[in-house]
Amino acid sequence: MFRWIRQTLIVTMLGVRTIPQRLGPSIVAIVGIAGVVVVFVSVLSIGVGFRAALVGAGSPGQAIVMRNGSESEMTSGLTGPETDIIKQAPGIARDGGKVMAASEMYVVIDLDKRSTGTPANVPIRGIEPVSFDLRPDLHVVQGRALQFGTNEAVVGRAAVREFSGIDLGSEYVSKQLSLKIVGVFESKGSVAESEIWCDARTLQGAYRRGNSYQSVLAKLDSPAAFQPFKDWLSTNPQLNVTTRLESDYYAEQTTVMTGLINGVGYVIAILMGVAAVFGAILTMYTAVATRTREIATLRALGFNAWSVVASVLGESLSLAAIGGVSGGLLAYVAFNGYQTATMNFQTFSQVAFAFSVTPSLLIQGLVYALVMGFVGGFFPAIRAARLPISVALREL
Amino acid sequence: MKYLYLVWRSLMRRKVRTAFTFGCVVASFMLFSFLTIVSGAFTAGVEFAGANRLWLYDKVSIIQFVPIAYLQDILRTPGVEAATDCTWFGGSYQDKPSQFATFATDLDEYLKLYPEFRVAPDQLKAALADRQGAIVGRDTATKYGWKVGDRIPLKGDIWMAKDGITWYFNIDGIYDGPSNVDKTQFLFRYEYFDENRRAGKGNVSWYVIKVSNPEQAASIAATLDDHFANSQAETKTAPEKAVLADFAKQTGNIGMMLTMILAVVFFMILLIVANTMAQSVRERTSEIGVLKTLGFSDPVVLTLVISESVLIAVVGGWVTLFLMFFFVGHGSFNMAMLPVFIFKTSSLFTGLGLALLLGIASGILPAVSAMRLKITDALRRN
Repeated sequence: MFRWIRQTLIVTMLGVRTIPQRLGPSIVAIVGIAGVVVVFVSVLSIGVGFRAALVGAGSPGQAIVMRNGSESEMTSGLTGPETDIIKQAPGIARDGGKVMAASEMYVVIDLDKRSTGTPANVPIRGIEPVSFDLRPDLHVVQGRALQFGTNEAVVGRAAVREFSGIDLGSEYVSKQLSLKIVGVFESKGSVAESEIWCDARTLQGAYRRGNSYQSVLAKLDSPAAFQPFKDWLSTNPQLNVTTRLESDYYAEQTTVMTGLINGVGYVIAILMGVAAVFGAILTMYTAVATRTREIATLRALGFNAWSVVASVLGESLSLAAIGGVSGGLLAYVAFNGYQTATMNFQTFSQVAFAFSVTPSLLIQGLVYALVMGFVGGFFPAIRAARLPISVALREL
Repeated sequence: MKYLYLVWRSLMRRKVRTAFTFGCVVASFMLFSFLTIVSGAFTAGVEFAGANRLWLYDKVSIIQFVPIAYLQDILRTPGVEAATDCTWFGGSYQDKPSQFATFATDLDEYLKLYPEFRVAPDQLKAALADRQGAIVGRDTATKYGWKVGDRIPLKGDIWMAKDGITWYFNIDGIYDGPSNVDKTQFLFRYEYFDENRRAGKGNVSWYVIKVSNPEQAASIAATLDDHFANSQAETKTAPEKAVLADFAKQTGNIGMMLTMILAVVFFMILLIVANTMAQSVRERTSEIGVLKTLGFSDPVVLTLVISESVLIAVVGGWVTLFLMFFFVGHGSFNMAMLPVFIFKTSSLFTGLGLALLLGIASGILPAVSAMRLKITDALRRN
């Protein structure tokens, strides 16, 4: 057993050490595998980043109430009196005399996207003072908070970055709506940073919506309070609403986009992978062909066939590992934190987010590289082991 | 052409190697086709857009509404040939948000504005006589197995019906059209919609306007926007193509991403094919020496070697592209992920060109080295 391992190691090292002699073909295999890993990791990092922005926005201790049948705030609608009833539901937390629930509006406005110069649906949230208490992660970092009862607005850091016309100190004016941007806020990179916030009453007037809202966000006393809260709302004959945990609501919003990105990402990775594996096979056949005499000599000296198989596989796995690591690093350097915005079809509005190359993605990329290396080395390895010694020694 | 057999024999010298190189090319052009289809799905609307159609909608955002009363003003505007209102319904079918565009419109007018939507006259007549009548595209009907006469429940998300949240429609007609037409829409009558909705009566989402002369489109758009500048809702009017192109861009720069991925893929394939060719030329050094001794000129040797890589790339690439083009372009695929499948003819030609370029680029270096080979060196090298 020990002897077998030693043989294998020696032969493998011999193979790996002679890689520089076959530099051209080896580089082809490395570049091929690295290319697959770069694309695979960077495409999937879009989905991971998108998900992170949305999932980070929802708290499991809060509930969001929308009209029955609505999958998102965009399609929901609640009248003022309805939101007042919702705020009386049991289980809502209180801070002194203040009920920790806010009626909010959610609409979009056409603003130009800086990257393309074309109009995009930028979300505006009409809020109440309590809205800030319900998002403890949100802080105004430039300028100041807005004053209620005025047309002042604060904008998310990502919204300012991605869309033009809402810089700090500027004023957005259309016939119906005018907003004065007085501050910029951050919220740990979550989707809230893509939004513009202003007084709900200002927005109601501008959007000709009367006394109406899209949702009520409520902080619950405890996780156990959710079920009674939900039941109370669904059995109340004056209401026809659907209640979700805020964290579930945002997690659901990622399904379409991440499904699409993962689907596309895997198909790309598989097709590119096939090409890269063929490339690796070509490289390894060449390696075996150029080492024919060397391998035959080893066999003649008494090294067994398995150590030859292991040596060829070892070589292709080493090339794959180099490709996998360099591809992963390249994806990390080029794309991690790359900021962009896209349309979330589930809310019909823009979400700004950053590509996120996580360690788990890098590991997936490396594993995939090694799989490609293994498949690429397998058949050439079998061929090497099967070479009849006498014929091989005579070759060249 | 007379050297084709020679090129073929050279490729068959190492069958396994040629087969794998060929496989690389096929895989990468399948990827090219796939990416083309994905980007086609995002920009589908732009392909369908007509040059003589304008869209008019609320200036603040298309989610806002414009009054139905605007229709008469629009129709009175000089240069406007026809117009109709559309109101986005959305909704969900079988507990999933509708995977097809659903909207209320004036069916008769809408089909005049979109003559490429073909529906049997008796079916249209039936729909116009039925309050809850709806006309649906062939692709959506096939996907859900709907037939004329079926009653379809759609749950409203934006729009509540008078008596609950479920709306019922009767499929009275199924429209068809050539392959470059969106056959997924679900259209129903505005009269019924307006009468049965609980709130928002008298409001529509957008107008589609047909102008008699596309060259006047810009000035007519400006006239309309000026006209409504001081009304209840300020408007924005733009060519259908521009509206849909801008909408596609909301997703992000899909085109740039695709180009980046393809650049990586083609660089990879270029290296693989070039490497194969280089090896093949190295192995055949003495053969090339013999060819030259026999009197083959340098340009002929160059062409012979390039022809090998071109043959692999062109046969592999073109066959894959044509298969994908006909298979996808004329098949009726329907996955939930991508609502429409289009393989643009322009993309097909880009792909064909790329294959040719790939063949030449990967063969050029080995071919030049073969050309430069001196007979004496080549024959001595063994």
